[in-house]
Amino acid sequence: MTTLVTGARAAVWAALGTVRDPELDEPLTDLGFVARCEVSAAGHAVIRLRLPTYFCAPNFAFLMVADAYDAVAGVPGLTGLDIRLEDHFAADVINRGVAARQGFVASFEGEAVDELDTLRGDFVRKAVLAGTDRVCRSLAGRDPAALTLGEVPPGPDLDRLRARRRELGLPAGDGDPLLLDPATGAAVTPAEAKRHLAFARLTRTSMEANSGVCRGMLRVRYALTSDDEEGTG
Amino acid sequence: MYEKDGEKYFVVDGHTHFWDASPENWVEGQEEYAKGWIECFHAYQGLGPKETHWPIDRFQKYSEELMMHDLFEVGHVDKAIFQPTNLRQWYKNGFNTTEADGALAAKHPGRFLVNTTFDPREGDAGLKAFEERVKRYHCKGVKLYTAEWREDSRGWSLKDPEAARYLEKCEELGVTNVHVHKGPTIWPLDKDAFDVSDVDQVATSFQGLNFIVEHVGLPRIEDFCFMATQERNVYAGLAVVVGGLMHARPKFFAKVMGELMFWLGEDKLVFGADYAIWEPKWQVEGFVDWNMPADDELSDFPPLTVDQKKKILGLNAARLYGIDVPEELRLKDPERVEPVGVPNP
Repeated sequence: MTTLVTGARAAVWAALGTVRDPELDEPLTDLGFVARCEVSAAGHAVIRLRLPTYFCAPNFAFLMVADAYDAVAGVPGLTGLDIRLEDHFAADVINRGVAARQGFVASFEGEAVDELDTLRGDFVRKAVLAGTDRVCRSLAGRDPAALTLGEVPPGPDLDRLRARRRELGLPAGDGDPLLLDPATGAAVTPAEAKRHLAFARLTRTSMEANSGVCRGMLRVRYALTSDDEEGTG
Repeated sequence: MYEKDGEKYFVVDGHTHFWDASPENWVEGQEEYAKGWIECFHAYQGLGPKETHWPIDRFQKYSEELMMHDLFEVGHVDKAIFQPTNLRQWYKNGFNTTEADGALAAKHPGRFLVNTTFDPREGDAGLKAFEERVKRYHCKGVKLYTAEWREDSRGWSLKDPEAARYLEKCEELGVTNVHVHKGPTIWPLDKDAFDVSDVDQVATSFQGLNFIVEHVGLPRIEDFCFMATQERNVYAGLAVVVGGLMHARPKFFAKVMGELMFWLGEDKLVFGADYAIWEPKWQVEGFVDWNMPADDELSDFPPLTVDQKKKILGLNAARLYGIDVPEELRLKDPERVEPVGVPNP
């Protein structure tokens, strides 16, 4: 029985690991946003999520809780799921909306007019740019504008870049160019490459600095001692 | 003034506060927000060095004496610029108002510059009150929160026609420095509070005004930098950048400084300690001591020179606000420098 529960808990944890903070492009489990994750012998999962501040943007918070719900709901064998965001000014509204399977607009009646797909798309495009910088750092002087994805040394950074491109419906095969405009999917020409790479570097800096602030705030808020200082770089 | 290794730095703290977030000032029924707000600020303080952390009760409400000590006696600050944040919906007498700042400034002549604020949704009455505040406190700048909620409105944009009337009034009154909060905020529901496209538009329309984007648009530094390369009158307010990153995340601090120097250049960066979140002392001293580390990922960025640091710590803000800098603290041969940037930004 113990093994079963442990296995179920591991499966739920793995499911939570597929959920990313849309703004930071990192898994909730790495960011320390999962405060509690338990599965009872009867298969009832209890999950508590937390964020770096009481006032973290409710749009991103909603996306994370809803995504976590969807990911964990897909774990086989669970008999119940109680998933909640804690210590946040909009926690009640978000928790009720997610539990009732309402969208963002219905949850924040009168306060929000757009669903969050556009916002999410914007951030996946940023993740493509940031990922491009990561991959290009390993090229040892080769010209990125002349390379295809298949010609880049394999590794987790490349896998991640391909995954984000696929998410946007952008070409991600071995024969597709390493550099492309994430808004249009068009290949970046050699003349545009310098500017494109400078912007990719800047986007990565921005996302990682933001992530650094969020991790620091979470650590202060919950008096955490574990520290993977600047581990995202 | 701060002196190190024979170099003298004129320090303008471009972002300071005198607030009251004590429980006595909380609006009934809004206690949760009033408490949450100041606790959130307090957590930011945790990103600074441990020996500079305050207990929450002192942080909620600090004395005038403590502020004068922290800024001017030990903090190396020559002039400090108040940036008000009213938040009257949560705090009875406001959180950090033009009036409270102005009263403190009046008691210490020559130390502070008082900025005020406006909200274009207040219409004609607001415009009139704004003009009165500007004249009373001799304001040369405003601090704006475009993401602030007001009744049914979920924020406003500098592009709004009502905002244009206020910006015209700024030009008329000589309120030339418009500080726009584009950074960590509280109510960005579906509206993206970090969107800097409104600054882009008004910076083009109002060439007589300077737009200082506070907190460099964090968490969207890339959008901010890209916009700033296209507008000669857009500046970066470094509050949060130095306080929030230099100690807690030195590698990212180096990257962000590198990017800001690359895209905006040394004449466009304005230091602000963001007191009482962070004390100026460790920030000024740390920034003077800091330089770009030797790291492959930072190889695009040259080290900062002493003159560049002097500009960032005070001379740039002095230029924007017309602050008289003593002869011995000016640069010998000041030159305006274009950012490195990239072709055809």
